[in-house]
Amino acid sequence: MAEQTALPEGQYGGNIVVTTVDKILGWARGNSPWPLGFGLACCAIEMMATAASRYDIARFGAEVFRASPRQADIMIVAGTVTLKMATRIKRLWEQMPVPKYCISMGSCATCGGPYWQHGYHVLKGVDIVIPVDVYVPGCPPRPEALLEGLMLLQEKMKKDQHFLKRYGKKKLDTKSSGASR
Amino acid sequence: MNTQEIYAKLKEKLGENKVSEYVENDVGDSWITVSHDSVHEVALLLRDDEQLRFDACNCISGMDWKDKLGVVYHLHSHELNHRVVLHVDLERSENALDTTTQEVQSVSAVWPTADWHEREAYDMFGIRFVNHPDFRRILCPDDWEGWPLRKDYKTQEFYRGMPVPYPADEDLDDGGTYIFEDRFSKDTDG
Repeated sequence: MAEQTALPEGQYGGNIVVTTVDKILGWARGNSPWPLGFGLACCAIEMMATAASRYDIARFGAEVFRASPRQADIMIVAGTVTLKMATRIKRLWEQMPVPKYCISMGSCATCGGPYWQHGYHVLKGVDIVIPVDVYVPGCPPRPEALLEGLMLLQEKMKKDQHFLKRYGKKKLDTKSSGASR
Repeated sequence: MNTQEIYAKLKEKLGENKVSEYVENDVGDSWITVSHDSVHEVALLLRDDEQLRFDACNCISGMDWKDKLGVVYHLHSHELNHRVVLHVDLERSENALDTTTQEVQSVSAVWPTADWHEREAYDMFGIRFVNHPDFRRILCPDDWEGWPLRKDYKTQEFYRGMPVPYPADEDLDDGGTYIFEDRFSKDTDG
């Protein structure tokens, strides 16, 4: 790695790791995804159990359920999305700062669940109104399932290259060949 | 007092045309049919009379009996420990999306519990109540179309641009994804 980035020899001592901005941001983001604290139905009970001491979502850095969408990184759609609530969910999602991610928890949020046929009031999948990153199946999913969904999402968060997408092509590309400080 | 005695009492106090009918049932509750424009008067009498003292309104339900719509009141007296069931029959509107043509008098001034129950009966059956302090839908969104618990209810296709029925096969692409407008056209990366 050292020769690729042309770090001046000996200037910073031995204790240095070179990486990309996206990797360090992804590492930070992926290890502290703060969820938006809201539950819609019985899945929320499982979500609460996941947050409590037995399953302990804090092991994955996601224990800080924020009461405001402005401070949240991920949205766990836990439960039946009624059409009335869907308008509110869309607004909450738009209020969250980017980068933001969404877990669709349970059968209802994913496709309408048991309300798929006669549930006149239920949105048939929350992905109709907001983009979903991870679908967690189950009715409701056990806490282990939600944790696996969260771990999958963390992998995705760590891989995402928001910095490169935003600035890479415009500014950094021209200087990237043989640049040294 | 049983329902028959209460019926006799109401008839004696209010006259024949306000409480029209007493229906006796072997199984389930017997009931008294009340006309839609005298519900308030009947309710006041039921609450305030020395021998009736109905101090609690347990439930108000909207009903769809296919040939007609209606409201059912379940009342109870904690003081005298007796109960009664009242029915109100209403003409059915021809268009399923319309509210009822006959309005029922609200009893929310008699029993405050009636407030939300009447709003629910309106929300689910389109039954209108007059003299209600805050008359609007209670569960469905304000701009919802139709009355969901009616027998002739048809689900609307879209609500605020969101599809309501489950997508048919022709609305799905090969991967099973729902094709629905361009919902992610807005760049979420800012």
